[in-house]
Amino acid sequence: MMEKSLKIVVLAKQVPDTRNVGKDAMKADGTVNRAALPAIFNPEDLNALELALVLKDMAAGSEVTVLTMGPPRAADILRDSMYRGADSGILLTDRKFAGSDTLATSYALSRALAKINPDVIVAGRQAIDGDTAQVGPQVAEKLNIPQVTYAEEIINLTDSSITIKRRLEHGFEVVESPFPLVVTVNASAPNCRSQHAKRVMKYKHAKTPSELQALNSDYITTASGNKDYLKIQEWSVADVDANDVELGLVGSPTKVKTIENVVFQAKDSKKLSSSDADINELMVELISSHTLG
Amino acid sequence: MANFFLDNKDIQYHLNHPLMEKIVELKEKGFEDKDKYDYAPTDFEDAMDSYKRVLTIVGEVCGDVVGPNAEGVDHDGPTVVNDRVVYAEGTARNIEALNQAGLSGFTLPRKYDGLNFPLICFVMANEMVGRADAGFGNIWGLQDCAETLNEFASEEIKSEFLPMVSAGATCAMDLTEPDAGSDLQAVMLKATWDEEQNTWLLNGVKRFITNGDGEVSLVLARSEEGTTDARGLSMFVYDKKHLAVKVRRIENKLGIKGSPTCELVFTNAPAQLVGDRKMGLIKYVMSLMNAARIGIGAQSTGLSEAAYREALKYANEREQFGKPIIQFPAVYEMLSNMKAKLHGSRALLYETARFVEIYKNYAHLSKDRKLSPEERAEMKAYTKLSDGFTPLLKLFTSEYCNQVAYDSLQIHGGSGYMKDYPIERIVRDARITNIYEGTSQLQVIAAIRHVTTGSYLTKIKEYESEKCYPSDMDSIYKKLVSMREEYETVVAQVTSGDSEQIDFHARRLVEIAGHIVITYLLLRQSTEVDDYRNSAQVYAKYAESQVASHVEYIKNSCCGDIDIFKAVLDEQL
Repeated sequence: MMEKSLKIVVLAKQVPDTRNVGKDAMKADGTVNRAALPAIFNPEDLNALELALVLKDMAAGSEVTVLTMGPPRAADILRDSMYRGADSGILLTDRKFAGSDTLATSYALSRALAKINPDVIVAGRQAIDGDTAQVGPQVAEKLNIPQVTYAEEIINLTDSSITIKRRLEHGFEVVESPFPLVVTVNASAPNCRSQHAKRVMKYKHAKTPSELQALNSDYITTASGNKDYLKIQEWSVADVDANDVELGLVGSPTKVKTIENVVFQAKDSKKLSSSDADINELMVELISSHTLG
Repeated sequence: MANFFLDNKDIQYHLNHPLMEKIVELKEKGFEDKDKYDYAPTDFEDAMDSYKRVLTIVGEVCGDVVGPNAEGVDHDGPTVVNDRVVYAEGTARNIEALNQAGLSGFTLPRKYDGLNFPLICFVMANEMVGRADAGFGNIWGLQDCAETLNEFASEEIKSEFLPMVSAGATCAMDLTEPDAGSDLQAVMLKATWDEEQNTWLLNGVKRFITNGDGEVSLVLARSEEGTTDARGLSMFVYDKKHLAVKVRRIENKLGIKGSPTCELVFTNAPAQLVGDRKMGLIKYVMSLMNAARIGIGAQSTGLSEAAYREALKYANEREQFGKPIIQFPAVYEMLSNMKAKLHGSRALLYETARFVEIYKNYAHLSKDRKLSPEERAEMKAYTKLSDGFTPLLKLFTSEYCNQVAYDSLQIHGGSGYMKDYPIERIVRDARITNIYEGTSQLQVIAAIRHVTTGSYLTKIKEYESEKCYPSDMDSIYKKLVSMREEYETVVAQVTSGDSEQIDFHARRLVEIAGHIVITYLLLRQSTEVDDYRNSAQVYAKYAESQVASHVEYIKNSCCGDIDIFKAVLDEQL
């Protein structure tokens, strides 16, 4: 039986929607043309948010905070999280974070997390813009806490431990871990619950301090100003007590050398009949070449 | 990834109607809830923004969950296990998704945990659910029964039942019996007062009850022993928790298979009286039915939307004789007519819903405070418009969704007849819309007095005097004026005869009025949005030919005509 309540933090990222890439998705210099791609909630981070909300449902009194590092507009995904059930959001934003690779990002996030001191940190397995799957594990290493990757489902929860089902390539594994820990979640985990009508109406005026300044609207300023739940926190480098040299381009050892546009081409074609024998042969071939399975 | 709100500019257009300002004002009563509830709007813009956001959620759930589940639900259908209905798996998932998104109690006041949204928004949501899966639309749309409780039940009943509905409890309205279908005066289900248990007890049988095993049921029953007509009937509310109503069977239907149509056996079922005794049919069922007819209007429009989209997609994809079939005149003409009927249906749907919305809100307001003479006059005018437009809406939208679905299947050719495409299900689902909640023939009976008393004519002349149309569409306006003149002529001709004459030509007269109204609505819309120009032009052509045909028929009809048709009465089998 679970009696203690959990402090849960979801790590989320706003990413360019690389799933429907048009012709103008890349710029001539090989970098991503962010203007041409809509900014969305990284899909696996939504699976992570759902897992966090399930945890909250299991442990009464728990709180879910979503933490994101990004430019001011990333506050959109914090509001979206609140519409779906998160209690609050924190935006880690500072020009000094710009250009961070996974090492610098995980450093910045771990500084913020050290300040929050959560019991469970949940993140999507990877972001669709970089596909590295490194940030979650690096955060766990920096905080020196256990990590459970590829999570799909919470099997059990007690006051001292959590049991999680991990999806692996050829099956699954059930592992138990003490708190605190980092969990990274697969796309195969349940989809995130939809936005909730009343929560949308309640949290739509939630704003970061810089958004409020930019808006300079009397109503929203007073509405947000009076209500704590409408305040999205904004943390800078100084707020999380981070070391400048480990951040941004300076703190990022990863350098992109070149980017190539790969066009898939079929080399040769093969004709098959619809007979069982032919289909069986094809299946065997695809499995042995790891195209399937 | 589909969103049935964001992908539909026509619905969005109707949400932005100028009358919304008045509607929001009436619904929010000076935004009195703003400090009491964290989700209440503070002003008109805030309210409209909330409506858009929440309708976007509805659109997403419809596009991503309800729509994709429709085929499975149609195939599996509900079953009866131990006298209870078990929904198809997809239906259960639909309910879960909509409840998880907090989309129940759409129009109920916030003090009963509702969203306090205008009827217009509920109609929009209903339409989107109908487009996704019309059968499921019935289960979800029945939450509207709670509005009847909200309007007429005691505070005690309201605080017991309305929060249940806001939390996602499904509803049913138990009216029909084996011998009481269109003629509800014949209802026999017995309600007796039990002194010992201090409650009403219901005994008898109901048939064809949509979602009959829902958590909250409104039941029409005979409370006055020895009576045989409407004056002996009262309205009751029954909570499923008593388990005193058994589902004997569910019907095996042509369409809307996901919606369980139940035969119910009441055995000493405890129930509470809603409102006043003896007013069951006269007052409360009439209110329930009027709301349900708007619901069917929404469902029908949703079905037309679905059918039109399937046809457009298929006609673009399917190639014959070396080109997509949409390029053939026979096909593009059909598609344009379908689109015009779809836009016309929606125009009539929201025009009617706005009228109903305003008078209902005044009725609610009149319980809080005395209405001013102007407000009372306005309420009366909108009530009259609602009475006239509701049967027109039910008649036209349900007939049109059948026509649009029929033509859509035709465009699919042989493929459309197979289970491989959704249109086959849409055609079957559409077929009930002009039957239930009052057949088209009954809508004509409800509408004809607005022909004979001249209230349609008054409204038509009002549209005419607004002269609201784009300058280059004067020819359509002129056509409408001459259609109105023809209408007056044939109405005069028919009403000079006896009541049988009027009944005989009723449908033709009502349809002429409807065609003129719909053309005006589309014409008015095309002054604001260019997209409607085309539909207005196409609909005007269609209306003109239909009106001419009806006028011709009536003019050439003399008194002896009816006897030709009566010959069938002597036919022996």
